[in-house]
Amino acid sequence: MITSVFGVLFDGFAYGMLLFLLSVGLSVTLGMMNFVNLAHCSFGMIGGYVTVTLMNSMGWPFLATLPVAFVVAAITSVLFERTMFRRLYRASDLDQCLLTIGLVFVSVASAAYVYGTIQQPVNLPSYLRGSYTIMGVTLGAYRLFLIAISLVITALLVLSLEYTRFGAQVRAAVDNQRMARGLGINVDGAFAVTFALGSGLAGLGGALAIDIVGLDPSFALAYLVYVLIVVSVGGLGSIGGSFAAATLLGISDMAGKYYFPEIGSFLIYLVMVGLLMWRPAGLFGRRS
Amino acid sequence: MTSTSAALAGPHEHLRAQDRWRAIEVVFWLATLLPFLVTPNYLSLASQVAITALFALSLDLILGYAGIVSLGHAAFFGFGAYAAGILSKHGWGEPLSGLLFAGIAAGLLGYLMSFIIARFRHLALIMITLGFGLLLLEAANSAGWLTGGADGLQGVRMWPLLGMFRFDLYGFTAYWYSLILLFLLFLVSRRLINSPFGLSLRGIRENSTRMRAIGAESRAHIRKIYTISAAMAGIAGGLLTQTTETVSLGVLDFQRSADILVILVLGGAGRLYGGLIGAIIFLVARDQFSGINPQYWYFPIGVLLVVVVLFLPGGILGGLAQITGSERFQRMVRPLMVWRGKSP
Repeated sequence: MITSVFGVLFDGFAYGMLLFLLSVGLSVTLGMMNFVNLAHCSFGMIGGYVTVTLMNSMGWPFLATLPVAFVVAAITSVLFERTMFRRLYRASDLDQCLLTIGLVFVSVASAAYVYGTIQQPVNLPSYLRGSYTIMGVTLGAYRLFLIAISLVITALLVLSLEYTRFGAQVRAAVDNQRMARGLGINVDGAFAVTFALGSGLAGLGGALAIDIVGLDPSFALAYLVYVLIVVSVGGLGSIGGSFAAATLLGISDMAGKYYFPEIGSFLIYLVMVGLLMWRPAGLFGRRS
Repeated sequence: MTSTSAALAGPHEHLRAQDRWRAIEVVFWLATLLPFLVTPNYLSLASQVAITALFALSLDLILGYAGIVSLGHAAFFGFGAYAAGILSKHGWGEPLSGLLFAGIAAGLLGYLMSFIIARFRHLALIMITLGFGLLLLEAANSAGWLTGGADGLQGVRMWPLLGMFRFDLYGFTAYWYSLILLFLLFLVSRRLINSPFGLSLRGIRENSTRMRAIGAESRAHIRKIYTISAAMAGIAGGLLTQTTETVSLGVLDFQRSADILVILVLGGAGRLYGGLIGAIIFLVARDQFSGINPQYWYFPIGVLLVVVVLFLPGGILGGLAQITGSERFQRMVRPLMVWRGKSP
């Protein structure tokens, strides 16, 4: 019993880290520009397909494909940001939702056309496939790897946001965009870089997710809901909030599926609606 | 011409002028009878279009007029569909009272939700409507004893309409039944929108803070229109159940909420005919391309959405209105107007 609890906690934490990687970029960009980017998971999906293509068609090793997934997702996203999204920063929520959901539809259909609707296979290297047993608890090597990568990235994000000049500019823009502009900060430029970084992280998350949740064209829509939950519960523009919300969501989703499979995701949605009604700006958000 | 003179005469005169029937509207509603004569093989598609148009109209009331963005409007459609289906399964298959039951059930749910809806805006509102829709879908999926779960609700049997007209295989009864209801509820919506209440809804959409500042009770208005819209969506759902005699989980799907949003925006949100035109184009196009994989079908839809948002903010009807309102067009049609004796 106890070991199963630890097992669920461990798997849930690893899953939560995955959700964190997928959603942290959206949280920061939403906090900066109030741009509702529902296509965020499509950039994650791009990362996943980059990894699959490089590994299966060109024989690249798994680890080498991860940076490429990051870069391709980042570049694609910044292309869209410069050509389409920036025109809608002052538009209504509805227009932003519609444009980005249109892009989700296009990405889902394109992925289905190119790769088919089947789940994509991924062959992990042998050192990531095994598992370790520590005090009766089985820890999957891949999940350990995932947790380690996510923790390193979180630390890098927090450090760069707290201690670099660029991080200070981003924080200023999240707190008060107009004031930041007034002080001569190039908010648009900072935003474009943040957007690219966030989408790159989503791409990395998409690549890392293949072994855990699989990859098919519906990825962009299926994980959108989870990402939005993390963002809105964690609070806009808050890395710590996203981290906490992602961990909470990952563990409770895993526990719910393990202990109460018959009610499915019902609990998750109930908790989310309840939390949002209690605190519309999210658990750690300062403004709505 | 009429609008400027009416604006000078005051708001009531303006509303009355808006409420007057135009020739193009009469033509549109007469054209809805064409499927009976021209395409009798497509009557079941036509009734689908009428039901979808009604659903889009219900969304238009809250989204187009009151500015409440909803990503989960299928919740009410599905609730009405299940209400009608469950009533019929338990032995009461009379269509009209079943439809009333569906409308009241969805309306009640909408009334309860409206207290939450009226408090939020922006991202929190989008997330709450989305979460509520998913919540209802999961609930219906889990409550297999009531809804049949993933297998769908079996055993829906409808009695003949008014005791005389059976729901036939060709969709003849289904179409005129849906069309009459669409028309009646359209009249209700039209009256609502062209009333002082409708005007204050538009005020809320444009600037809700200001509406509160000038003393308009915007939350009460939002609650009212949300309840009405939910009831209409429920009736649309009930119609779908009754005309197809089956209910599946698809009625509550996120895809349905997204589709109806696309339909409305494509046609033109904030215009009474937007949802109707959108439904016709969307469903007829989907029927024409039904041969291709539904996964690919979303490619043109997505492109269309992007194009509409970037280049055609008012949807198809908005674009048309822009063309017909332009100087060049006015100059072009002026000779015709003179001929009909309508020019000033």
